[in-house]
Amino acid sequence: MAVVDVELKIKRYNPEQDKKPHWETYEVRVEDTDRVVDALHEVKWHHDGTLSFRRSCVHGVCGSDAMVINGSNALACVLLVKDVGTNITVEPIRGLRVIKDLVVDMEPFFDQYKSVLPYLINSTDPGYEERRQSPEDRERFDDTTKCILCAACTTSCPIYWGNESYVGPAAIVNAHRFIFDSRDEAAGDRLDILNQRSGVWRCRTAFSCTEACPRDIKITQAIQEVKRAILYNRI
Amino acid sequence: MAIRAPEKEPTPPPSLRAQRPRPNFETWSWFFMRISGLVLLFLALIHFTLTHIMHDVVKTNYNFVAHRWHNLGWRIFDWSLLALALAHGLNGLRLIVDDYVRRPGRRAATKATLYMLTGVLFAYGTMVIFTFPRA
Repeated sequence: MAVVDVELKIKRYNPEQDKKPHWETYEVRVEDTDRVVDALHEVKWHHDGTLSFRRSCVHGVCGSDAMVINGSNALACVLLVKDVGTNITVEPIRGLRVIKDLVVDMEPFFDQYKSVLPYLINSTDPGYEERRQSPEDRERFDDTTKCILCAACTTSCPIYWGNESYVGPAAIVNAHRFIFDSRDEAAGDRLDILNQRSGVWRCRTAFSCTEACPRDIKITQAIQEVKRAILYNRI
Repeated sequence: MAIRAPEKEPTPPPSLRAQRPRPNFETWSWFFMRISGLVLLFLALIHFTLTHIMHDVVKTNYNFVAHRWHNLGWRIFDWSLLALALAHGLNGLRLIVDDYVRRPGRRAATKATLYMLTGVLFAYGTMVIFTFPRA
């Protein structure tokens, strides 16, 4: 553990003052085992209180602080300073409207998430029992249960940057989580939604989403599985 | 008061899981890109090997083409290459236009130009391949 001086270059934007975003640089002293979010806290608490960014749990679980760090999407509360170096650039995630500094409008992202029916749909009443499932059936969608909706994947997708009508990787991951759940009964409905022009066929297999995911979900594979389910009617 | 579990429904409704999403134009468009891409890889490699490696491209002249197209099989091969390359390219550009040309009017105009240009190239290529006089 060592104390290091970090040059933090942040893309700032205040809609009440600025016509367009601009870069501002801050020198902060942190420990090399600190996270990028700690460096951001250092700026906000000791240098410039007007800096705005989202964070909540600060432990890589809530998914609030996805941002572009040194060019790649990541969670500021997961990335350590020693792993990114002492020259750090931070920008808001791309493809969503910037509200202020690093805070973007997440509404379109959540609307797309909601559009794929991301909840269990089952018309039978299990009574006072759990809906049981074999470990094998659970394994089928285990990977996609890990999503924390941080939007790192969707906002790293070059198609999403150009076409805001695309539902995006995160919505498909969350559709996958229920499509392949043996207890769910609405796979057909979700596949119909994803079979539209704005659905899975927009994906060009760029793998940016898989690279960006802080939970290491195999997103491109999940998207391909959904495509295959539509094409071959195989769940 | 004893808590009683609700009785289970005697006949549960048919599972929605069995519902098949109806394949639409976008489904087949994606599938076509996969298949045509694979076929094009072989067609293009064969074409490249024959006309650029086995034959000196500088010496490509009327006689070379006439000799090759004496065989109907090669005409069909070249026509397949033309048709698939144009269709594959057109469909790819259609998707890119859908993604990046946002204004509806401009999008329609871009697509119309694209379709017309592809149609002209296809008609012209087809005409050349099948009306070329047999040597």
